[in-house]
Amino acid sequence: MLYGLKIATRYLTAAKAQTALLVAGVAVGVFIFIFMSALIGGLAEFILSRTVGDISHVTIQAESADPALLIAPAGQVLAVTERTGTRTATLPDAATFLPLIAAVPGVKAVSPQITGAGFLTRGAQVSQVSVTGLEPGQESAILDLAGYMTEGSVQLGSGLIVLGRDLADDLSLSLGQTVRLQSANGVAAVLTLSGIYKTGNGMMDGSSIYVSIGTARTLFAQPQGVTRIEIKLDDLNTADAAALRISALTGLDAVSWTDGAEQLMEALSAQAQTGYFLKTFALITIVIGVASALLLSTYRRRPEIGIMRAMGAGRGFVVFVFVTQGALVGLLGGLTGAGLGYLALLPFPRRDSFVSGTLPIDITQGSYGLAIALTVIGAILASILPARAAARVDPVTAIGQ
Amino acid sequence: MSALLQASDLVKTFGSGDNATRVLRGLSLELAKGELAALLGPSGSGKSTLLTILGTLMKPTSGQYAMLGQDLVAADDKELTSFRNLHIGFVFQFHNLLPDFTALENVVFPTAVREGRETAGARARGRELLTRMGLADRIDYPSTNLSGGQKQRVAVARALMNRPELVLADEPTGNLDRDSAGQVMDLIGEINRDEGTTFLISTHDEKIAALCRRQIVVGDGLVTG
Repeated sequence: MLYGLKIATRYLTAAKAQTALLVAGVAVGVFIFIFMSALIGGLAEFILSRTVGDISHVTIQAESADPALLIAPAGQVLAVTERTGTRTATLPDAATFLPLIAAVPGVKAVSPQITGAGFLTRGAQVSQVSVTGLEPGQESAILDLAGYMTEGSVQLGSGLIVLGRDLADDLSLSLGQTVRLQSANGVAAVLTLSGIYKTGNGMMDGSSIYVSIGTARTLFAQPQGVTRIEIKLDDLNTADAAALRISALTGLDAVSWTDGAEQLMEALSAQAQTGYFLKTFALITIVIGVASALLLSTYRRRPEIGIMRAMGAGRGFVVFVFVTQGALVGLLGGLTGAGLGYLALLPFPRRDSFVSGTLPIDITQGSYGLAIALTVIGAILASILPARAAARVDPVTAIGQ
Repeated sequence: MSALLQASDLVKTFGSGDNATRVLRGLSLELAKGELAALLGPSGSGKSTLLTILGTLMKPTSGQYAMLGQDLVAADDKELTSFRNLHIGFVFQFHNLLPDFTALENVVFPTAVREGRETAGARARGRELLTRMGLADRIDYPSTNLSGGQKQRVAVARALMNRPELVLADEPTGNLDRDSAGQVMDLIGEINRDEGTTFLISTHDEKIAALCRRQIVVGDGLVTG
């Protein structure tokens, strides 16, 4: 077969201009494939980072006990225990589970929290707020609070509060000033504003406030346990599996971010499918290009094929020569297209520094190896038809041409 | 001399029904090992069809054909390809060299295609043959840069590469000037004498035929003389 490779290579080098055009055509197809892979992958990454990058990937939320009925054998209701708004549901054994959860592979951060509702009062101004108590030192474990700070420090401690820019403006608050926070349980505390953040999310910037978990315990009368555990993963795409694992490990109801995010998932899926279509069309173009060029070559070389057959070359040898030409064209075009694709993607910002207003293209998602492999396979498949046509050439007719 | 090939009652019909053309009409022929024979006959007499069948490039419509004791009518394409490679050499009127290859690469083709690569032994044999053909200074020339006579001598060398028992030549001098034609025929006669290779040469040229020890005349699809 080494000799078949020599013949195939000679045929390609003998028609340099034709081969160069063919390789260029394949390279353009591969370039489109790689560019689309990087664009679709980068876009998905961008959308995910902007929508769920700052939220918990797996959440364990304490739930209130279901209403219970005590019914006598005769059927009369003896007692009813209803949900209560004053008693906050808790995860009393959270301290036991936290190290277990943190040890689960793929878990990046675990944030025990005490959450609840409250009212923030400054003078005559009152705002309803959502309160989150975080472990000091872990303020940015889930939401990159430190990254969004516009004033002051993210550091939470006793008597300190961090809130959003919109809320601060509503209450005319500035750093170092005090504010009164009253929880839904009726407990009040006077806190000093230590930091102001701005996420760009109006809902959050206008109503979410952060205090230390110690302060939250006092406000919501939670001497032990937490109300919620938020977990961040290295790869948010593994959230479903991680949630199942954590549930199995702790017996708690761990919920993945994908629950309730069906629309986002559908949009990403539709986007991915669009990418598959475009990449498939690029591959089809490659296959048609290679097949037509080799068919032309087969026709042009009919007399030579006839001579080779007369000299004792089998049909298998002829097939090998033409399929090898296809494979070589695919390989050269694949490598050229992949190289050009990589160079074209280099000027775009890296995935961790996407800038608004530019195309979120991720150079690491170019699928270079896949593009080359699929191109070689496609080119080989494309060359089978011309190769079989070449093998069927009747030497008598071909030599007489 | 023992028989190299026997063909009997060969019939070859092209087309079918009203359009059928019967080119060979029960032709029989026997060639002995070491013969140098000319195949004569007017155009359309069936010479080329006979050479094509004897060269295993085409099967007869009916009849028997055996060479070296092997039934070549019953053999399949793979067996015929291998047989042709080992035992039969071809020289065509228009040399039919591979244009993108050098003289030496053309000559070693029959051996290389069988062995899967160009061995040193094959290249040595190819150089020897080209030297014998008077082309020592053209060994690595692209075949397209050779003159008509040189190309035909390369084609003769290629036909002899695998030391075949039979070489079939279809008008090998038909496209050459008198000097080149004489050179080619001298080489064929020399190889026939020295190596005992059997040659069957189709020609219109009585002078070329006269250089052969046997003349076979074909007419209307039969051997007539």
